[in-house]
Amino acid sequence: MKTCLVVDDSRVIRKVACAILKELSFRAEEAENGAAALSACRQEMPDVILLDWQMPSMTGVEFLRALRNEARGNHPIVLLCTTENDASHISEAINAGADEYIMKPFDRSLLEAKLAEVGLV
Amino acid sequence: MNVSEIAYLASILHRRTGIVLAEKKTSMIETRLAPVVRRFGFRDICSLLKELQYGHEALIQAVIEAMTTNDSAFFRDRRTFEEFRDIVLPALMVERAESKQLRIWCAACAAGQEPYSVAMLLDDAGLIEQGWTITLIATDINSHMVARAEEGFYTQFEVQRGLPIRRLVSHFTQDDDKWRIAEKLRRMVSFRTFNLLDSFGWLPDCDVVFCRNVLMYFDHKTRLSVLDRIGEILAPDGALLVGPAETLVGSELGYFPAESAPGLFYRSRPAPLRRLLAG
Repeated sequence: MKTCLVVDDSRVIRKVACAILKELSFRAEEAENGAAALSACRQEMPDVILLDWQMPSMTGVEFLRALRNEARGNHPIVLLCTTENDASHISEAINAGADEYIMKPFDRSLLEAKLAEVGLV
Repeated sequence: MNVSEIAYLASILHRRTGIVLAEKKTSMIETRLAPVVRRFGFRDICSLLKELQYGHEALIQAVIEAMTTNDSAFFRDRRTFEEFRDIVLPALMVERAESKQLRIWCAACAAGQEPYSVAMLLDDAGLIEQGWTITLIATDINSHMVARAEEGFYTQFEVQRGLPIRRLVSHFTQDDDKWRIAEKLRRMVSFRTFNLLDSFGWLPDCDVVFCRNVLMYFDHKTRLSVLDRIGEILAPDGALLVGPAETLVGSELGYFPAESAPGLFYRSRPAPLRRLLAG
């Protein structure tokens, strides 16, 4: 079973995303900010990370840069999932090591399609 | 809606477009015709269907456009585009190396996602830079869709369907809440409103025809007629790509299925080169 870490400061978004991921046969874990996510990755590197951008203390992209410097930090496929929907933010995320980008709002079909694009469903 | 009103709608749709309307599609008819009811100021769908029988051409055209399916996505049915990129295109690049001319027709292009997906793959292959002349024609029966395709603007929802994020950044520019296909790709495609029941005489001979997710709406006779006429404009070594849910009865229709490539058919028996490239 593939594992997915959902990183978002919104509890509602985490719950919705985790429910969809479970339906898609993922083991879903949650982290409410970048620091908690980094700590979770050091314990067990997930296969995929669904990552919000704007979070307190450490943004999604700051977390992503830190992740890619970790041992096995290149293993997870990272999908930014954010309301930052302009081209400059998308380019910044790609340069920081994001594999795909979901512009909120999202639903099951979009999440499933993006996971399929990166070969995970 | 009563049975005779639906039957009249079905007959006009079939006569004008070849599309067969399934009998039990009443909710689909209501959903699709609701905007036409509002636009023309009818009280309800029944009033619209009654008026339709008087042959008001603008109304008939609006109904036809509303009843045709326009759902599409970039790189829809990814395997089709992989077959085009990995099997069809490399073979044609060898076979047309001297003339350096490639003619492609997307027969039912909806809002343009298909021809622009093809344009992206041609751009990846660097054909223009290598001096190739590309004729990429895209047609659809729906004039509004063709106008939209020509403009090349897409919503956030549309660009997230099938389009990898790197392609969005490299092949589109952002314009407020819309995304516009890059000018270079937009200029590669010639759009035109065209009914597949009409004469194909204006079309050039083509090397590749995409005719996906449209044949399935036709009855057998119309399918055969369209396929027959595609055969007339398709080069002897040309390729036809249909949708994954659409199967041709192979050589009975004058087309030969490619090995291990569902939806890909050739006008003549595949040459060894193609099988070699197909691996």
